[in-house]
Amino acid sequence: MEILNYEFMRHALAAGLLTSIICGIMGTLVVVNRIVFLSGGIAHAAYGGIGMAFYFNWPVIPSTMGFSLVASLVMAAVTLNNRQRADTVIGVIWAVGMAFGIILVDLTPGYNVDLMSYLFGSILTVPGSDLIIMGVIGTLILFLVVFFYNELMAISYDEEFSGLRGLPVHGIYFFLIAMLGLTVVMVIQVVGLIMVIALLTIPPFMMEKYARSLGTMMAGSSLLGACFTMAGLYLSYRFDLTSGAAIIMVAGTVFLVTLGVEKIWRFIPGTVHSISEN
Amino acid sequence: MVTVEHVDFSYNGEALVLSDINLTIREHDFMAVIGPNGGGKSTLIRLILGLLKPDKGQIRVLGEPPGKLTQALGYVPQNVHINDHFPITALDVVLMGCLGTGRHFGRSGLPRKACEKKGLATLERLGMAKHARKKIGELSGGQRQRVFIARALMTRPRLLLLDEPTAGIDSGGRRDFLNLLETLNKDVAIVVVTHDLFAVSGYVKSVACVNHRLHYHSQEEIQGQSLETMYDCSVEDVCRVQVLAQGLPGAGLKRSGDADGNP
Repeated sequence: MEILNYEFMRHALAAGLLTSIICGIMGTLVVVNRIVFLSGGIAHAAYGGIGMAFYFNWPVIPSTMGFSLVASLVMAAVTLNNRQRADTVIGVIWAVGMAFGIILVDLTPGYNVDLMSYLFGSILTVPGSDLIIMGVIGTLILFLVVFFYNELMAISYDEEFSGLRGLPVHGIYFFLIAMLGLTVVMVIQVVGLIMVIALLTIPPFMMEKYARSLGTMMAGSSLLGACFTMAGLYLSYRFDLTSGAAIIMVAGTVFLVTLGVEKIWRFIPGTVHSISEN
Repeated sequence: MVTVEHVDFSYNGEALVLSDINLTIREHDFMAVIGPNGGGKSTLIRLILGLLKPDKGQIRVLGEPPGKLTQALGYVPQNVHINDHFPITALDVVLMGCLGTGRHFGRSGLPRKACEKKGLATLERLGMAKHARKKIGELSGGQRQRVFIARALMTRPRLLLLDEPTAGIDSGGRRDFLNLLETLNKDVAIVVVTHDLFAVSGYVKSVACVNHRLHYHSQEEIQGQSLETMYDCSVEDVCRVQVLAQGLPGAGLKRSGDADGNP
């Protein structure tokens, strides 16, 4: 494998694998809780944090994290209290957060951040220090999710019942959203906004039908994400494509093909009953 | 066991959904709560559970305010809220019933093994043991309801509250399901919210008609001698209690002395 002779490729691979695992775990929770839109909101609003970092000359990662944490908790509060209006409010924070960031960057003298790198990331130039931060955050998230597995499963499946059993439902929900905010910002630094959304949604959605527990859904999604990442990186290396976009196209293509195969499968006589009736 | 006294309830201070509700649920009761959509049936259940707070009046569950004795009430929610694709097995749904029992920070409930044993035993009792490892979405409506009942029974409640439990079940399955409830009723009081008074009429011991106000018919009334037909609180705004009488062989009906008195 000559591709692994380059250090930047090894870093890219490690970053991709870490991203896949983190997104496999958090994406499972995102998909079963139907908070994909909220995740998109966090990811876009995070740009406001980047703008503030540049304008006020603050360190990028802490200020982006702080900003997204606040934005995500505001969105969580809104979704708790007013479910019908939640999507609208998330849309507002989504757009305003991003616009705020862009304006601040405009106002910062003599500096121009590349918006493309925010959207698609720069997985080929990940420094070793970012890998370490990702590793730490990944471990932390794994630990928290294992530790609070029962609680997270309970509120995800049946919030009302969990509340009746005395679980601090709102607290766990805020905890979930805060964890999501942290992940999203961390992963965006490395692979970009679009890939975060893709890896949070596509692998878990593909796994949901087959998994029998959140744990297997998380493991399966991580594995699936890892396969997409490796295939996409290889293609981007081979054909000189933007790596983030290549990974997403691999994921999207596999997703559409499996959907198509399932649909065709249903039309084949004889298999109809085994699927619809169990 | 449960007493509801002079309870008013409205959502956000708008028009009263329930007004001056009085109700007593006794040990071993098997009560049907009927009434039109939007009449406040589910709201009443949610008040008893402590999910909602009354504007006025008082509710007591075993002498305590609602929400305090969470183990004493078993709740089987309406099926519609539940995500069918959720990756969870029947047994894992039942194990949710262990949540909050003997909980210490960060970890829920009984030790996993003890809870699992109890969960399997409960599923066995409901004839569901062979489906324990199946994904919840693969089960039929009736099987799913049994899983939710098993979950509710995990804390050995004194009262089981079921919200529209027969909605997703065909008529044959419905009879089996009600027979099951009748069996359970030997140990636990049951309150069933339902549209379908006809289906439950051979099983219940009392009926509460809820249409903003509440009209209660005890077992003695249901089985009383005189035949009265209509009450002002059913699916078409009138409560055809005669249907109930047909369900009880040899039984007639007596009018309850409600204040409104509209036939």
